[in-house]
Amino acid sequence: MTYREALNLALREEMRRDPRVFLIGEEIGLYDGAYKVTQGLLKEFGDRRVVDTPICESGFTGVAVGAAMLGLRPVVEMMTFNFAILALDQIVNSAAKLYYMSGGQYNVPMVIRGPGGPAHQLAAQHSQSMEVYFYHVPGLKVVRPSTPRDAKGLLKSAIRDDNPVIFIESETLYGIKGEVPDDPEFTIPLGQAEIRREGTDVTVFAYMGMMYRALEVAEELAKEGISCEVVDPRTLRPMDIGTMIGSVRKTHRVVVVEAGAGFAGMGSEIAAFVTESAFDDLDAPVERVTGANAPMPYAKNLEQAKTPSKEKIMAAIRRVCNA
Amino acid sequence: MAQARTIAPAAKVDAELARRLLSQMLLIRRFEERAAEMYALGKIGGFLHLYIGEEAVGVGATSTLRPDDYAISAYREHGHCLAKGADPRRMMAELFGRRDGLSKGKGGSMHLFDKSKNFLGGHAIVGAHLPLAAGAAFAIKYQGGDQVVLCYFGDGAVPQGEFHEAMNLAALWKLPVVYVCENNRYAMGTAIHRALAQTEIWRYAEMYGMAGDAVDGMDVLAVREVVGRAVERCRREQAPTLIEARTYRFRGHSMRDPSAAVYRTKEEVEREKERDPIRLFRARCLKDGTLTEAEVRTIEKEMNDLVDEAVTFADASPEPPLEWLTEDVYKE
Ligand SMILES: Cc1ncc(C[n+]2csc(CCOP(=O)(O)OP(=O)(O)O)c2C)c(N)n1
Ligand SMILES: [Mg+2]
Repeated sequence: MTYREALNLALREEMRRDPRVFLIGEEIGLYDGAYKVTQGLLKEFGDRRVVDTPICESGFTGVAVGAAMLGLRPVVEMMTFNFAILALDQIVNSAAKLYYMSGGQYNVPMVIRGPGGPAHQLAAQHSQSMEVYFYHVPGLKVVRPSTPRDAKGLLKSAIRDDNPVIFIESETLYGIKGEVPDDPEFTIPLGQAEIRREGTDVTVFAYMGMMYRALEVAEELAKEGISCEVVDPRTLRPMDIGTMIGSVRKTHRVVVVEAGAGFAGMGSEIAAFVTESAFDDLDAPVERVTGANAPMPYAKNLEQAKTPSKEKIMAAIRRVCNA
Repeated sequence: MAQARTIAPAAKVDAELARRLLSQMLLIRRFEERAAEMYALGKIGGFLHLYIGEEAVGVGATSTLRPDDYAISAYREHGHCLAKGADPRRMMAELFGRRDGLSKGKGGSMHLFDKSKNFLGGHAIVGAHLPLAAGAAFAIKYQGGDQVVLCYFGDGAVPQGEFHEAMNLAALWKLPVVYVCENNRYAMGTAIHRALAQTEIWRYAEMYGMAGDAVDGMDVLAVREVVGRAVERCRREQAPTLIEARTYRFRGHSMRDPSAAVYRTKEEVEREKERDPIRLFRARCLKDGTLTEAEVRTIEKEMNDLVDEAVTFADASPEPPLEWLTEDVYKE
């Protein structure tokens, strides 16, 4: 099953399971979704539960928050996450804060999902890693599912969660295939990292496209006798620090790979908590391989240079292993 | 400016209703006066926005609701929260930042919520709660209910994008929400004509194909009539309305703007105080014999006592325990 189909199935199952779940966003119904994730759902559930909106991210995200306050469980689609910044106020100041500000009276069970991260030649405004805008915020959970199986299991958990969950998919992964359990009760809990490949010399933290690149690198380095453990955090907040530190204690070396610009990125946070909780286990400084600190360019060669290449990841791994 | 709706002075008021409206307005007035005193004493911190002068809007509007209807407001919401039936003691405790506050002391003056009264809060980002109100109305419609949502906001929210997004969605989807703009003619120090190309706010309704009306917000009965009609239509046809209630705040924007003298004249303030909604309503009730002087004095005393009790309660309530700092961030 493709990643896209896995998401579609998760939505379908959760809508069948819980009448409070509804979808809201641009072009999700009649048009079947800009990326076809919601394909066929209007047909099955009707326009009461698959709500096409005009272009007003702040407005319809606010509507979802208000509906969630009254007990519905909205799943908001951002056509792409680049547009979620128009709703940033509703996400940060309303969704993330209401439970706390009301002293636990009003929780906001909602999911905001859609594609984010680097795409193909879409340039600066349509090709960015948006998770950084959200995982800083207490009150939000943030998920980045790398595989079709995770897409399904994590989306179902996100929909069942009683808090606002930011769920950022990837345009470049929608077509990938993988095993996906068809049991409607299959879920993956939020906050659990996954070891994608076991190894003993170095831990590589990576998710989404970078996770696949890290796996390719690991394969090649194995031929040189370097054994990489690739760990995918899957949920960026809350982060599974236990599993991640466990891996560091085993390998004593860390490389973080992330597609977004490195400044104050996910790698910074991982480097900080690894240093705080496992400093004595480290045999080398934590290395970050990140996207260039520049907007995404259009030109193919520049675009390629913007995100971490296999060569750069490999070089970083060799450096920490030789330190 | 178009004439805002007023009530024919001859119409006779029901005594029970008059007592209720006057009590609530006096309760709010007294609550706010005492809150100002407590702010001066340092018992209340942060921003404190008083509703003094605007009581007729919240009281008149809420008097048309059923208990299971919803209300939502901005940060000048003490009056709306009291009118919706919240306990003044727990409200004052919230202003004091104490553990018995409505929001356990974590919200403060700008973030009063009372789920037991369907009061959806206290929101301090100008314009942001207008889509939330539409969302609550969406949920009502989704669930097949017949409640309505009353959403209060200031004239300062009208130039904001979220006002227009919410109006459009409410009208497009025929949501059961009544938007009540409390036009007190200023957003902090910005007079309405410096903020809006169209200063007759009720006219924006036309643009979105919804019903719109303007009302004298100093006349509690007029507010009650105009909002009441909108609420009934809303319940019957699930059609939204935009109402502009013309009112005036007698105090500064917040306690940090005590004189309010830079952007408006003393004469203007004095002139507006002549139209004090409580004084007007009391005079009217006495004149037409709905209430007697003695009855009015009894009501005043009762409301003063309620607020005194609220202050005593708030002062006696302990500070929230430190463990609460990191609780209620996520629901387990
Ligand atoms: C989005 C946003 N911008 C600015 C502010 C700061 N601010 C707080 S209240 C206010 C004025 C709002 O006036 P109005 O809506 O007319 O309400 P009133 O205070 O008159 O009741 C401003 C500018 C804010 N809270 N939110
Ligand atoms: Mg104003």
